[in-house]
Amino acid sequence: MSGLVVVGNGMAGARLVSEVRARDGSLRVTVFGAEPWQPYNRVLLSNVVAGTMTPDQVRLLDRGWYADHSVTAVPGVEVTAIDRETRAVLTADGRREPYDVLVLATGSRPVVPPVPGADRAVAFRTLDDCGAILDAARTARRAAVVGGGLLGVEAARGLAGRGLPVTLLHRAGHLMDRQLDAEAGLVLEETLTELGVETRTGAVVTEILDGGVRLAGGGTVEADLVVLACGVRPVTGLARDAGLEVAHGVVVDDEMRTDDPSIFAIGECAEHAGTVYGLVAPVWEQAAVVADLVTGADKTSRYRGSRLVTRLKARNVELAAMGETHLTDDEAEIVRFSHRARGAYRKLVIREGRLVGAILLGETSAVGALTQLFDRGGPVPADRTGLLFPGVSGGVVVDSPVRMPDAAKVCQCNNVTKGQIRGCWESGARDVEAVAAATRATTGCGGCRDAVEGIVGWLCEQEGIPA
Amino acid sequence: MKPPESTIGRMPISLSAGTPVKAGAATHCPYCALQCGMRVTVGETVTIVPRQDVPANAGGLCQKGWTAGEPLTSGERLTTPLLYGEAATWDEALDVVAERIREIQREHGPDGVAVFGGGGLTNEKAYQLGKFARMVLRTSQIDYNGRFCMSSAAAAANRAFGMDRGLPFPITDLAAADAVLIAGGNVAETMPPFVRHLAAMRDRGGRLVVVDPRATATAGQADLHLQPTPGTDLALALGLLHIVIAEGHVDEDYVTRRTSGFDAVRTSVAAWWPERVERITGVPVARMRLAVEMLGGAARAAILTGRGAEQHAKGTDTVSAFINLALALGLPGREGSGYGCVTGQGNGQGGREHGQKADQLPGYRRIDDPAARAHVARVWGIAPEDLPGPGRSAYELLESLGAGGGPRALLLFGSNPVVSAPRAGHVAERLGSLDLLVVSDLFMSETAALADVVLPTTQWAEESGTVTNLEGRVLLRRQAAVPPAGVRSDLEILRGLAVRLRGAEGFPTDPREVFDELRRASAGGTADYAGITYERIAAETGVFWPCPAEDHPGTPRPFLDRFATPDGRARFVPVEHRPPREDVDGDYPLYLTTGRVLAHYQSGVQTRRVAALNAVVAEAFVELHPDLAERMEVSSGDRLRVVGRRGVTEGVARVNPAIRADTVFMPFHWPGVNLLTNPALDPVSRMPEFKVCAVRLERAG
Repeated sequence: MSGLVVVGNGMAGARLVSEVRARDGSLRVTVFGAEPWQPYNRVLLSNVVAGTMTPDQVRLLDRGWYADHSVTAVPGVEVTAIDRETRAVLTADGRREPYDVLVLATGSRPVVPPVPGADRAVAFRTLDDCGAILDAARTARRAAVVGGGLLGVEAARGLAGRGLPVTLLHRAGHLMDRQLDAEAGLVLEETLTELGVETRTGAVVTEILDGGVRLAGGGTVEADLVVLACGVRPVTGLARDAGLEVAHGVVVDDEMRTDDPSIFAIGECAEHAGTVYGLVAPVWEQAAVVADLVTGADKTSRYRGSRLVTRLKARNVELAAMGETHLTDDEAEIVRFSHRARGAYRKLVIREGRLVGAILLGETSAVGALTQLFDRGGPVPADRTGLLFPGVSGGVVVDSPVRMPDAAKVCQCNNVTKGQIRGCWESGARDVEAVAAATRATTGCGGCRDAVEGIVGWLCEQEGIPA
Repeated sequence: MKPPESTIGRMPISLSAGTPVKAGAATHCPYCALQCGMRVTVGETVTIVPRQDVPANAGGLCQKGWTAGEPLTSGERLTTPLLYGEAATWDEALDVVAERIREIQREHGPDGVAVFGGGGLTNEKAYQLGKFARMVLRTSQIDYNGRFCMSSAAAAANRAFGMDRGLPFPITDLAAADAVLIAGGNVAETMPPFVRHLAAMRDRGGRLVVVDPRATATAGQADLHLQPTPGTDLALALGLLHIVIAEGHVDEDYVTRRTSGFDAVRTSVAAWWPERVERITGVPVARMRLAVEMLGGAARAAILTGRGAEQHAKGTDTVSAFINLALALGLPGREGSGYGCVTGQGNGQGGREHGQKADQLPGYRRIDDPAARAHVARVWGIAPEDLPGPGRSAYELLESLGAGGGPRALLLFGSNPVVSAPRAGHVAERLGSLDLLVVSDLFMSETAALADVVLPTTQWAEESGTVTNLEGRVLLRRQAAVPPAGVRSDLEILRGLAVRLRGAEGFPTDPREVFDELRRASAGGTADYAGITYERIAAETGVFWPCPAEDHPGTPRPFLDRFATPDGRARFVPVEHRPPREDVDGDYPLYLTTGRVLAHYQSGVQTRRVAALNAVVAEAFVELHPDLAERMEVSSGDRLRVVGRRGVTEGVARVNPAIRADTVFMPFHWPGVNLLTNPALDPVSRMPEFKVCAVRLERAG
């Protein structure tokens, strides 16, 4: 029994290995990782750049985990080929590792724009990249981030948070154009401006200089640190060389299986139903499915695609975007609230009574409920206002005790109404103690003491009696 | 008999609530674990006034406490034993019970007879019940309803601190805190005078954070309310700890000096970044950060859990996650701070310490520990090998009744599982399949109604005994009333059976005598009562255990110097979130969660017989969000049918924006809702998943 071999020890590979071990303690597992690090949580690298977490705090598995769980980990060793005939992988250091089941979790690599001087810039992808960015940030006076997608915005915000003036350069007409509509992009841009990030949209980088970035049209942006966040491309060479079907990513079915039944692919290198997923939630779902299948824990487990929710992780910028945010009023019912002066923009996209997309920018307590409504495909209430502004519709009205009707309960603990307190006052009670003795109001949690005092005082005042 | 009526009208208006009419018996309320101090005077009517000298309530009482006298004079009281539905003498009833026990054990062995107790029984009764089961019946099959209540918090506290004492600090510490987080607890309804301590804290500028899927009365008084999806408290706690670490709120010095295992927890929560947790819980990241800010910025803070977080098939891990949070912040074992569990039942604390639990002997000893067995056997005058081993947990016990290999007879004290157990329809069926069901109760409870033999027993004010409140403070309940003719105490019932089955020796009926033996049996155990006497309790208005000697002051804060673990350090336990056992789907699209209302207690056997309480809430209701009500086209007052995989029940609709739109709530004080609840058990505590299952709503009628 040769067992399971996993190529890649990033978010997908490391997750798969721990999911497998949670289901099966004895299956032989070997995992190869190109990076020398223990697996770490790429999602949190923005926090490392921002300085809110240390590299040590983004580990996915502890150093001792592999030994404790009898998993053979081979970090820092690249797998160079798959021998499908004999079912083995070959490594750069000449090793040959046989497998019964092979899982490719090779991830993706950053896109580097083909411009002169690109090697002067640092891509933002790995923990090593973070180290390079942080080293440079210590001495740099100005930074530029190329690419205004999710990662670029997080990186720019993180660097600005370190006190570095940052210019964010984005090719498209507005920031995060895949997730946001134009107005949301504008509101995000304004929010970032206040946090020390200057944004230039429609900015095409033509050359990276020593000390700056040259843009199409001739202008230059001064920067002694240039960070690239221009998107990623799946790493598929190994699969392609082995003759597996590769489109944009390695093509897999609902079992995450490639066209070779003993080879699976998950994570950012895999393409499921035409989609390559770059967010962690779907990747971890895929890992769970493969773990179910290879351990036999659940042979019916399938991956059916994911609903995508993008959540920006940047201090003082609250942004969530999900689903089909680009539909127009002709294609769907759009509910929109915009208050640019406060950095607030909220948009709901509704179709057939279901939430199919949303943008929430600026702090809102609606984000949790909306995300779940989107995830579950649940029906949207007829009153959309409450969705955008929780607590507005049907909210509990706390009224002054004076204006309460007689039937209103003042003391919940002892079930005393305002009418009873009035009756008690009419029988001669003139202070809280007397009302308490007669009705027990205030004797439970004591929270209604002010209300009772208020009612008694008001009654005294009405009748001109000193309380 | 007098018709039940409130005493409000008779209270003299000139007296303040705190002034006793005349000094009645200084005792404690029959209901929840706060055990409010009260004076009870029984004359023509029962007069109850709150005591000022008991810190837990400090002069407060809720409606349940004020009206606690009514069950004493209720016309529905059982006053004669019932044998197969017919009135019988005590001798007839006990003879039959003893004879049937003998027959059943002859055929099926000692484990053919099971015992089920309750967290409302005094320490003396709980102790004696465990002793009766192990020594007279020699059965391993004993457990109690506290399994449905405290077990998850107890298991988590034991693995973190080596000891489970609900609050390991006096409740008055809360008033001096700067922040308190309550996860899954609604004290404003379940134990209203508790709120006085929280209100005092807030008056000083302290912040209250409440975690609850409903905007409860308690959440209404909070500075911050986190409203998670039912069944996701564990994810929320992991997310909060992630933020604590990321924002640098970890008390590194404390973690180094006083704990072990933090590295594994630090790594495991790295995978629970707030945005991921937001998607699972529905709690906005900004609110999680605010909660951490409040806790992290507090010089003194407490984290408390209640049943909402604990009654899950992952309840133990959920509590562990909150304890991890408290440990990272450096709270437990520091004066004025800590983690605590808000115990529910009147003697929920003492009831879990003295041997009515399947795996336990008095003094919070483990029944599989040879030293513990030797000690208890010595006190009982038997050989250690004559003590049975561990038995089945509550739900497993109820489920095994009458089935192949399971017990054929059940003796039940202080519990009403037909209403309170999960998947209650199945439990009723199991009870119905028994050869013998014996129930001791005050009233004809739903479970008593199924019994072959019903034994009428005394209630709180008609007997004395000790209870241990949520603080771990041992309190004295004094007798204030003469029991009605024909009624016997549980201690008398156990003695009556012991006499017939083994001999009377070791089964006194005087609570004080039982307590003195309990002190010896608990000596040297975790919950050591050796130094606690009735006199001391009376003089000191309660003594905190452990108290190993009469000249020992008791231990209000047991963890100040060290935790009760072998190395004295608190243990971090890495835990992972997982979804509820039964998640919503197309057929059952709503979560059902259960809980309490202010006016009622437990399965309602007492409070449903109090007119003033029924005047507040008289029947089960279904709380639902206006959006859901609109979709269902129902209004408050309409009858709804709630349909689940295990059963169906009905209730009156109460439309209320306080609940999440994906969740309905029903109180559990009436028969019905537990027909639906999920008996999936926690692997460690064997706690059923009461707090979340999947249902659909239909209009009834």
